[in-house]
Amino acid sequence: MSELTVVELSRLQFALTALYHFLFVPLTLGLSLLIAIMESVYVMTGRTIWRDMTKFWGLLFGINFAMGVATGITMEFQFGTNWAYYSHYVGDIFGVPLAIEGLMAFFLEATFIGLFFFGWDKLSKAGHLTVTWLVAIGSNLSALWILVANAWMQNPVGAVFNPETMRMEVTSFAEVFFNPVAQAKIVHTVSAGYVTGAVFVMAISAYYLLRGRSLDFAKRSMTVAASFGLAAALSVVVLGDESGYTASEHQHMKIAAIEAEWHTAEPPAGFNVIALPDMEAHENTFEVKIPWVMGLIVTRSFDKEVPGILDLVEQAKLRIRQGMQAADALTKVRADPNDELARQALDANSRFLGYGLLLKKYRDDVANATEAEIEAAAWDTVPDVPVLFWAFRIMVGLGFFFIAFFAYAFLLSCRRRHDRQRWFLWLALFSLPTPWIAAELGWIVAEYGRQPWAIEGILPTFLGVSSVSAGNVWFSLGGFVLFYSTLAIVDVFLMVKYVRRGPEDYLGQAPDRPRAATAPQGALPVGGD
Amino acid sequence: MFLDYETLRVIWWLLLGVLLIGFAVMDGFDLGVGTLLPFVAKTDSERRVLINTIGPVWEGNQVWFVLGGGAIFAAWPPLYATAFSGFYLAMFLVLVALILRPVGFKFRSKLADPRWRAAWDWALFFGGFVPALIFGVALGNVLQGVPFRFDELQLPIYEGGFLDLLNPFALLTGMVSVTMLVVHGATFLMVKTEGAVAERARNTAQWFAALLVLLFALAGLWLTMRIDGFAILAGGDPSGPSNPFNKVVAQQPEAWLANYETLPWSLAAPLLGFLGAVLVIVLAWLRRAFSAFLASSLAVIGIVATPGLAMFPFLLPSSTDPVSSLTVWDASSSHLTLFIMLLATGLFMPIVVAYTAWVYRVLRGKVTVEQVEQNDATSY
Repeated sequence: MSELTVVELSRLQFALTALYHFLFVPLTLGLSLLIAIMESVYVMTGRTIWRDMTKFWGLLFGINFAMGVATGITMEFQFGTNWAYYSHYVGDIFGVPLAIEGLMAFFLEATFIGLFFFGWDKLSKAGHLTVTWLVAIGSNLSALWILVANAWMQNPVGAVFNPETMRMEVTSFAEVFFNPVAQAKIVHTVSAGYVTGAVFVMAISAYYLLRGRSLDFAKRSMTVAASFGLAAALSVVVLGDESGYTASEHQHMKIAAIEAEWHTAEPPAGFNVIALPDMEAHENTFEVKIPWVMGLIVTRSFDKEVPGILDLVEQAKLRIRQGMQAADALTKVRADPNDELARQALDANSRFLGYGLLLKKYRDDVANATEAEIEAAAWDTVPDVPVLFWAFRIMVGLGFFFIAFFAYAFLLSCRRRHDRQRWFLWLALFSLPTPWIAAELGWIVAEYGRQPWAIEGILPTFLGVSSVSAGNVWFSLGGFVLFYSTLAIVDVFLMVKYVRRGPEDYLGQAPDRPRAATAPQGALPVGGD
Repeated sequence: MFLDYETLRVIWWLLLGVLLIGFAVMDGFDLGVGTLLPFVAKTDSERRVLINTIGPVWEGNQVWFVLGGGAIFAAWPPLYATAFSGFYLAMFLVLVALILRPVGFKFRSKLADPRWRAAWDWALFFGGFVPALIFGVALGNVLQGVPFRFDELQLPIYEGGFLDLLNPFALLTGMVSVTMLVVHGATFLMVKTEGAVAERARNTAQWFAALLVLLFALAGLWLTMRIDGFAILAGGDPSGPSNPFNKVVAQQPEAWLANYETLPWSLAAPLLGFLGAVLVIVLAWLRRAFSAFLASSLAVIGIVATPGLAMFPFLLPSSTDPVSSLTVWDASSSHLTLFIMLLATGLFMPIVVAYTAWVYRVLRGKVTVEQVEQNDATSY
């Protein structure tokens, strides 16, 4: 156990806290919008059942939101605590979207969320609706800026290395903000959040319908979730972010690993439905291929190549050699800032300095690396192929499941037959965990697939860590695991408790609804319906 | 860009102060109320009153902290990297404490079991007291210099341990911080509550404001007599690249007083700290709740600004390798980043302030025991 290094421990802690945070974020994204839609219907029609829906789903939203906020604080500061060199090296660029997220988005959602819960009696109908929409817009803007930051890790545009400050500095914020990877990621991730919100509402509504209670409430909730979920599921698959990867040459390796494509194939390349990749032998011991499909999906063309892993490793070797020259020139420039020759050599090769830094794993004086070390560093650029291959396929499989699921749900709700087909209600209930599985796998594909890079092609992950002791990271890691597990248990316990008690019980106690009005007992008033 | 690098760095130093003060004033009363929760409120309903005074607003207030982190990351990356990795375990404690708050507020009153509620009450106390203490302790250490240096790749290397942070001077500044936020929370409760709770809050505000005057004076005396400050002896080009090695720094007695001598107007900061605290005592005695809260805000502004002004241009001095000290002139982002961040702040900060003011206006009025009991299910 104690053999784990600070790098491994810090990565483990980051992965655990990020995956944990990402349990709450997608639901916040989806549910905030669903609630805003429900309240809009309430304000437009005046039917109080829609207000009750807003309040009850809002209660569950609030429990989830608190966990999202709590776990998000860790993320904002973890770059500094555990990834100090990363923060120094790219803070000039990476810090900006994070700060703007706070200013523009997080302030908005966090300031208005209080009014959402406490403002029902203090605001007009339209006023409260505005507050709800501002919370939803704030949540979504928040995702936008975080993904701009994340996309820069995948495709670091608009920045250049500055030898005087030993870090990356921004040259164009327009390029950072309009990063094509960011655009693809935003649509994909936000849609995934909407799917999560929709499945959540479907599953809990199905539970009520199966139990034969809160029928009006559950049917209406399902209708909203079905149509919203169908649109989101189509968006998440069709506008999935694989197309975005191709826009960046840095992501070729990730694509090749996702597809387990060792050798560059004749375009258009075939798609491996099943493969057993062997990381040692650099081949698939077994594969089932559909011709053409991968080339068409990835390049959107018949004639463009999808480079294979072996060719990309060869390319990495060339880059590592250039990186060695860059590192050598950098040492000279640092020793003598007026060394013009060294400066020119640095300018010519600084694009590949990051590849030179990969060698830091093997030796300090990068410029003197041996052939064997270059070979090893080049193979380090290959991420974990089997994990990416299967994580991606399960995620995509779930994506297609969501389309079918919501299409059928949409059909049922159009024909007002939600409660007739019990097998579908059971399916909806048991589908509850699926969007979370898909979202976490999506994170693994995107971020584990980025390895060995913290910033693709710029900064290797192992260099990014703080100079803290392994003992300290063990302590914080253990603390987070213990603390987060406890909170997760409390969170799920409260969610289940409130779902079981149901909307009548919660709303029956609401101040603006005297109990006498809730007749017949146990059923929601179907005001104006 | 129509602003030169030096000007932008000074502006961002000021904005750093604005953000820290924004955090101390806005989230400070939340932390203070959390700290007071088990003491000022006796019954369950009273405790719920306290929680519901901050329930609707604390989330927005806490963004000042998150934004502070983000802005330091964007505008002062070496400071972000060095301070948070150096104070590793202290930061971990702050994070745990702050994480307890969102869930504490949300979960506490969702079950009626008294043990459940009592456990969360202490969690909320911990969530208020611990960050207040640690922020003060951290500042006390910064004033004495922190043991760190940069290696040749400019990786910050921290050379102290967690327990070294808990030295006597730092514990004193930690006490100043806790006392200040207790006063701030108590004056906030005077505004937002009534009856027995408000009366207890009033007493607390008066006693702790007196204590604050005492502790703040003691910390000031200790600083002037026993703590060596830092000074730049050579280099430190205000428009130079952000590289700490281009300067010569020495630790000298009374160096932290130099700014107060050359710029006497800066003495307004410590004076404001004292004045605010004294005004709290008077105004609380006169039962002018809202004015007392404003006075307490003034005290917070003055007390937070005092070390900031004393240390300028230092942000994080190094006690073991003074040249590694981070200053306004060598720890900032690039010229372009500071400029873009200024545009973003100039655009969004007024909007944030405007809608925050509107939200407080909507939520104005006292929180009472009756309200909480009537709205049993929806109140925190």
